[in-house]
This record gives sequence, structure tokens and C-alpha cells, in this order.
Amino acid sequence: MEECLQTIADYGLRSIGIGERLLPRTDFTLCQQFTLIGSGLIWNVYFGLLALLSGFVLATAVALGKASANPLLRKPSEWFIFLFRGSPLFIQFFFAYFLFLSLKQVAPWTEPLSSAALGALVVLFLNTAAYSGEIFYGALRSVPKGDTEAAAAYGIEGWTRFKRITWPTMLRLAWPAYTNEAIFLFHATTLVFFTGFPARQQQADSLYYAQYFADKTFNPFVPYPILAGYFILLTLGIIGVMGIVNRRLNRHLPQAAARRPRLLPQIIR
Amino acid sequence: MFSFCTDPDTLGTLPWLACYLTTGVHLNFYAAFGTVLILLAVTAPTALAFGFGGAMAARSRVAPLRWFGQGYIAIVRGVPDIAFFLFFVIALDQGFEYLRHVTLCPDWDQPIRQGADFLVCPEAKLPLGSAPQWAHEGYGFALAVLTFAIVFGAFAANVLYGAMRAVPRAQVETGEAYGMTSRQTFRRIVVPQMWVYALPGLGNLWMVLIKATPLLFLLGVEDIVYWARELGAAKTPRFTAYPHPDWRMWYFLALLIFYLAFTRVSEIVIARLSDRLSRGQATAAGEAMRRAGA
Repeated sequence: MEECLQTIADYGLRSIGIGERLLPRTDFTLCQQFTLIGSGLIWNVYFGLLALLSGFVLATAVALGKASANPLLRKPSEWFIFLFRGSPLFIQFFFAYFLFLSLKQVAPWTEPLSSAALGALVVLFLNTAAYSGEIFYGALRSVPKGDTEAAAAYGIEGWTRFKRITWPTMLRLAWPAYTNEAIFLFHATTLVFFTGFPARQQQADSLYYAQYFADKTFNPFVPYPILAGYFILLTLGIIGVMGIVNRRLNRHLPQAAARRPRLLPQIIR
Repeated sequence: MFSFCTDPDTLGTLPWLACYLTTGVHLNFYAAFGTVLILLAVTAPTALAFGFGGAMAARSRVAPLRWFGQGYIAIVRGVPDIAFFLFFVIALDQGFEYLRHVTLCPDWDQPIRQGADFLVCPEAKLPLGSAPQWAHEGYGFALAVLTFAIVFGAFAANVLYGAMRAVPRAQVETGEAYGMTSRQTFRRIVVPQMWVYALPGLGNLWMVLIKATPLLFLLGVEDIVYWARELGAAKTPRFTAYPHPDWRMWYFLALLIFYLAFTRVSEIVIARLSDRLSRGQATAAGEAMRRAGA
């Protein structure tokens, strides 16, 4: 127990470079595996949370663009969604990394983009914006006609109507699918360090450490189940938070109508 | 490849690119696209079979079988798939070797796990240490297919499970009224009708499967990602007749376009298939088609 607390102190923040410099090399204890893999989760949460929050804004814009009658807005939005939904995230990461490397040669100030912390975040941001944009677009088209007509009858028009009627309804309809998108975005963050993006000084996400242990001990039956356990907890956390938002979005409806977010199959991108 | 490639004057011109793109290693790169297509062709039916088994287990009347089916669906979907890919490749390999070890070398007395090593008797190694190169590559590919099938089987099981439940209850009841056993109603009524309900989910799954194929790279198969990294890396005149700076960006751009084209074509085919299957079905799409025709 004493020893484990020491391990947690040494490796608890190892993934962001605080604590012991060298990773354990021999005599791996269960405590070390739990601590390091958990420490890597910081990166997963960092990527997932920031990409989700920033992607949300762009997704709304893209959904409105795709639903727009003006081809100058519609075409770029359609292409953006097609580009990021039609190709594997894995290839997007690789391409973006080498693109950023070439960019660095031309414009040295873009150097931070070739690090995982920023470059991968940009890719995840664009990717989740495309997937969420498609979800929001679908929801936007399902906003009941009666709602907007009723708003018009009350004299609510233009921006006010969008802000008070269309947008909240769109969110309400999209929320179950969006919850899934959030879950799989967090799952997708595990890909970052398996593409070009370098793990500087072995500071990386939880899957990186799980693979480290699996390689060193040649025993996959301990680190991967630990990782799975962490991710199931993370998924439950996301469902919980998104469920609170869902309740708030649906609070004006009779309670039976409020749909709970469900896990739908849409996993790799 | 072309006769003008021997002429040094072609350097730096368009023919140079033609020569460069047809070198032996590039032909390997193009063959790797074939590997991806083979993987898809083999994995899709295998995953469907796993999915069918999983869905049947999940709706079984035998409780342990039902728990197994539902657990299989739930666990694989709750965890990042890439973790499964990394896990299953080692776990399956060790599992097979362990089984062979138990059957082939019953009087082996040393422990199998010695610290960080996994040691089975030499006869139980898979493939055997003396096997030719293609056997090793084939074994690696087979493990990859099995891993893909297990992971995607869980998704397919989920889709098929939903589709089986979506077949209108009255259809099954009619079958029962005619005196069919539950096995007969399943085979003659549920299975033929479930596909139209399963198609949107399976189509989605096919797109997801296409986009998962670059993960083969992580399983140690020499696929397109592997070759794109190899070929794109900067080459000096010392080692090759075709020196060039770091071109990996362009190689990955080519892969990106390949996948975009592939998913686009799939989308169109699935839309056609969906129309075809909806014809004459008692669903909204089938009804719309009937009205349009009438």
C-alpha cells in the first residue's frame, strides 16, 4: 500500500512530464500499470474535451451551411463533411502530420502544429466538426414545421427565431446521436500516438502505456483490460454528463417523450 | 519498366515520374491495395457470420448462451476498437500456441510464462520456426482477419439482433398459427425478412469497416500505410536511382483520395441495393415506391 502510494506520486502525472523520468523497466507491479495507464488518460480527456467543445461551434456552422440555399455556403460545407467522413481518421492523422512537417519548412512559426498536443487536436477538431455537422444537419431538417410557423405567428423572425426556436430544437433532436459522437470521439483519441505524431519523452496517452506494458511483459491480459476498464468508466461519465444536458434540453416536454441517449454502432472513422 | 527508363536524359521530366512510379517497390505498394481489398472481401462475410452467431446467441432461450451473446456485443462496443486490435493479435497468437502446446507436448514440465517470456515447446510454435516466409505472412494476415471479424462481428451482431426484433410480430404469429416450430419460423420467416431492416446498419458498418482497414498497419501486415511511409521517406542518391525529398505527404494524400473514392462508390451501391430490397416490402420506403409506380 505504502509502495503503491509512492508509485502514484512518481507516475501519476508522468504523461504530462511531472514526476519520475524513466518508465519502469523490470518487475512491473499491478499498481504501476494502473497508475501509468490512468495517467495517460489525461491526454485522452484533453483531446476529447477540447475537440468536442471547439468542434461543436464549427459543427453548427457547417450544418447551417449545408442546409443553406446559397450554393456558395452549401457546396464547401458538403465537401468538408464528405472529406472528413469519407476517409479514415487514421489516414487523416498521417496526412496532417506530414503536411505540418512540410509546412514547418516553409513557415517556421507553424512548428507547434507538428506536435501531438496541437496538431492532433486540430485534426480531431475538424473531424468531429464534420461528423457532428452531419448529425446537426439531419436534426435541422427534422425540426417540426409547426414550430417555426408558430414562431412566425408570434412575430419571432430571423436571428431571434434561430436562437430561440430552431437551434434549441435542433440540439434536442440531435442529442442522442451527438452523445454517441462524443463517446466515439473519446475512443478515437487513442489513435493519436499511433500515427506520425511523436510521443515526446514517452509522454503519451493511455493506450500508448498499455501497449508499452504489453510489449515489455508479453502479456496482454493485464494492461488491456485495465485500459478497457478506464474507458468504460470514461464512457459512463460522458453518458452521465450528456444525460444531464439532455434532460435540460427536454425539460419542457412531457417526461415520457424524453429519449435517453443510447449507444449506437458508429465507431471507427 | 519502360525502355526509356534506361536513358539518363529523362531525369527530371514527366517520363521520370512514369519510371519512378513503376519501380519494383511501387508495384509492391500497388499490390498492397489488393491486400486491403482481400481483407475486406474475407472479413465482411466472416464478420457477418460472427454477427449472426452473436445475434442468435443474444436471443437464445438458454440463459448462459444469452449472457455470452449480450456480453460479447456490449463489451466490444464499449472500448476503443484499436485496443482490441492490439489485444487480440497477441492474445489469439498466444491462445493458439497454448492449445497446440497442450496437445502436442503433454510432458513439457517448464512453466509457460517465465517472467516476461511466453515459452511453448518448439513443435507448438505457430508457424513453425522452419516455415517459409509466406507462411509467416499468411499467418499474420489470418490473425488480422480473425481480429477484424471478432470486433466487427460484435457490431454486426448488434445490427442483426435489432433487425430480427424489427420483423413484425404478426408475421411470426402467422407462421406459428400454421403450426411451424420456432426453428421453422426463424428460418423461413424471420431470416428472409430481416435484411431490409438490417441493411442501413450493415451499410453503415461496411463504411466503418472500409475506414478501419488502415489499422492493418498496426497488426504488422505490410499494407498500404506501411508502403506509403516506406516509399515516401526521403531517399538519397546513395541507395536508390530515384532520390527525392520527404514525399510522405503526397503518398498519404493519394491514400486519402483512394479511400474517399472507395467510400463514395460504396455509398452509391448501398443506396441502389436499399432501393432494390425495399421493393414490395411493407415498410415506408416500399410503400413510397408502390405509390410512385401506381
